[in-house]
Amino acid sequence: MRQSSVSAPVPRKQTTAACWFPILMCWTLLVGAALGCPLFAQEKNPYAGDAKIAKVGEYQFRLNCAFCHGLGARGGGRGPDLTRAKRHGSSDAEIFHNIHDGIAGTAMPAATNGGIGVGMSDQEIWQVVTYIRSVEVKSPTRPAGNAAHGKELFNGAAGCSTCHMIAGKGGRLGPDLTTVGASRSTEYLVESMRTPSRRLAQGIFEAMKEFPQEYESVSVVTADGAKLSGVVLNEDQFTLQMLDTREQLHLFEKDKLRSLEKRRESAMPAYDQKTLSDKDLQDLIAYLQSIGGQ
Amino acid sequence: MKGGLNALKEKSRFLSRKTHGFGMTIGGHAGAALLIYVIGGGLSSMASAQVSSQRLLDSAKEPQNWLMYSGNYAGHRYSTLDQIKTSNAGLLVPKWAYQTMAGGKFETTPLVVEGVLYATGADDRAFALDARSGRPIWQYQRALPPDIRPCCGRVNRGLAILGDKVFLGTLDAHVIALDTKTGNVAWDVNTVGGSDYNRGYSITLAPLVVKNLVLIGVSGGEYGIRGFVDAYDAATGARKWRFYTVPAPGEPGHETWEGDSWKIGGAPAWITGTYDPATNTTFWTTGNPSPSNRGEGRAGDNLYSNSLLALDPDTGKLKWHFQFTKHDEHDYDATQVPVLVDDGDRHLIVQANRNGFFYVIDRASGKLLSATPYGRVTWSNSKDASGVPIERKEASPTLAGVPVCPGAIGATNWMSPTYDPQTKLFYVSAREQCDIFSTAPQPYEAGHAFYGSAYFPNDDAQPFWGAVRAIDPTTSQIKWEMKHLSPSWSGVLSTAGELVFTGDAEGNFMALDAATGKILWHFQCGASVYASPMTYAIDGQQYVAIAAGSTLFAFGLP
Repeated sequence: MRQSSVSAPVPRKQTTAACWFPILMCWTLLVGAALGCPLFAQEKNPYAGDAKIAKVGEYQFRLNCAFCHGLGARGGGRGPDLTRAKRHGSSDAEIFHNIHDGIAGTAMPAATNGGIGVGMSDQEIWQVVTYIRSVEVKSPTRPAGNAAHGKELFNGAAGCSTCHMIAGKGGRLGPDLTTVGASRSTEYLVESMRTPSRRLAQGIFEAMKEFPQEYESVSVVTADGAKLSGVVLNEDQFTLQMLDTREQLHLFEKDKLRSLEKRRESAMPAYDQKTLSDKDLQDLIAYLQSIGGQ
Repeated sequence: MKGGLNALKEKSRFLSRKTHGFGMTIGGHAGAALLIYVIGGGLSSMASAQVSSQRLLDSAKEPQNWLMYSGNYAGHRYSTLDQIKTSNAGLLVPKWAYQTMAGGKFETTPLVVEGVLYATGADDRAFALDARSGRPIWQYQRALPPDIRPCCGRVNRGLAILGDKVFLGTLDAHVIALDTKTGNVAWDVNTVGGSDYNRGYSITLAPLVVKNLVLIGVSGGEYGIRGFVDAYDAATGARKWRFYTVPAPGEPGHETWEGDSWKIGGAPAWITGTYDPATNTTFWTTGNPSPSNRGEGRAGDNLYSNSLLALDPDTGKLKWHFQFTKHDEHDYDATQVPVLVDDGDRHLIVQANRNGFFYVIDRASGKLLSATPYGRVTWSNSKDASGVPIERKEASPTLAGVPVCPGAIGATNWMSPTYDPQTKLFYVSAREQCDIFSTAPQPYEAGHAFYGSAYFPNDDAQPFWGAVRAIDPTTSQIKWEMKHLSPSWSGVLSTAGELVFTGDAEGNFMALDAATGKILWHFQCGASVYASPMTYAIDGQQYVAIAAGSTLFAFGLP
């Protein structure tokens, strides 16, 4: 009967999670102790290094996590690549809690009951932690590119900072890229530069488009004939919130516009080999990855 | 003393009906209340008449009240109230809002009886409000154990009412009766015994009262439960019968399951059924077999998953069944309210199924009359000898994943459709979303999610969208559609004011022209709508109510 296991508006109930967790913990401890089962509400992974459990965890991962993090945990348009450094903590206990409680301020929901889908038990969460450990890149190869040169390109010749912000500096038309180096795979970053319109940023939750902005391009003609183009910030059946190319915010009632044209194309130009050589591309990625992991 | 009060209540009911006999569409209750006031010598003018089973049968006679989940036994979600109509819908304003302060999805359809509104909220809340002001009369919340296993949110869709009790199905698989005046628990029965709810049994639907019985079905198709429909004595809570939706050895249909797979076969009945008094038959629909997206290990048709069941409400005996999706591998639950439609002398059941087909079925025999796509369908491209769509082999999920339409959430889902006897159109909230279906083999373990599958949106796909579609049940053709920006989880209500009400994922609640689908009015609720609207009236004022976010809204003319 899966009604909306992933696209549900995630009940972002920090309070509930906080209330339930101790109860769940106590309950697990009691039952666990009585049955002589491994105790899951602990900070130590009871399955650490167990290859069989990692396989079970892979299926749990497919069921619960792959929708955003991709098959193989290599990330997708929605969730970070989990085979590399994790911004929100890398210890088993931290990963466990990130899954169990979600990560505030991000689209990562709590996986327990009341969170996403059918919920995951502590045991299943540890299985997934074991799986993530098994696919982790142990000693990540340093990006081939030159991060310092990448930074120069970003803020200079490549023009990235015209539309993208890093650590509070740059433009507003495109996504903030401060953490993108950690949250997206290299392949995704390459694709985003070479063919930015192939995949727009993807939301996770249809409800209120909680992770809403897909950076669709929009052109409107207002009632008094002014022509504007830019990116969609949000919209519904009746209204449009947009930034024009000069970063001016416009709020429209659609029925008062003379025309409205929306394109599922990125406002970003495609950086082909002529515009951005493979070497420069590598340098940019090295730069994004050097700051993203911090 | 009790007798005296009951006698008065009986009287008020009589008067109420009589007032309607004079042809007042709304405001009949005001007249009745005034008469009670005179007769009762100053007793409360809002003395609530008890809802008898006869009143449930005659719900059409009291359109000011909303007596059951779908408004009537036929599942029409239609009202003859016509104060709000196409010519004035644009003037609608919010009359009140009630906040449950709950998180999660708010899926309730309220009941209204004599000015009192009864509804439910997330985490098994229930409450009674003054339906004119939204002020609470009582509030109830069940203390739920920590190890419940609700799929898809800690939700509830509403109550049923009979006599002085409302009935609530709970997330720990109990059925409880609450006193209509106090919210006190009158009885509480555990449908599965002990703590077996933690094997995946829960109840999220609004019960259906037929005669003196409270009918419920169970959720849990994600956990490998064995589904059932139950009937409980409304007065005592004693179980009258149970119909298992997965047959045991020796029972017809058991041969459609491989080995012991029937024991964890799923087939939950998690949406409210309908009832045909003319033939004394109640109709229930069932969900996916378990595991939902992996057919390996459960070879066969897997009866009665994804089926329409015609049951005798007195005994629970199966009269006939119709299976929409055999051996389902795409989570195509049939849990959409089975709507009873009379088309001339044809007595039909129509259903816009999650699998993308609009089915027309003979109500007496269960024979399929037609199955026509009402959205994008790629899982089936052929039909068997009796016209039943069958799965394309290539649509079967694989480890690498295979794209199929509709996606896992379906061409529609549990949100209610509506049938408008005036326009003779069936309106449904349709979803255009395809998914990649991938298997994820997993062993069954009690109380653990048991999908056997994963699904993903297709990266290259256009954004998902939705629409309200008006379907003519005579021809199965779509007469109009009103596009939603993204797929909606809102049900649909139709009224004699030639209006259709619905909500969207961006938080709008809106009124459409029933003939054309044109949007006549809208209001931004501030949260996605995950509920089906209803309407009622008090003292000549018609209200339309919808749940969104954690708030119940009532709208009316200024």
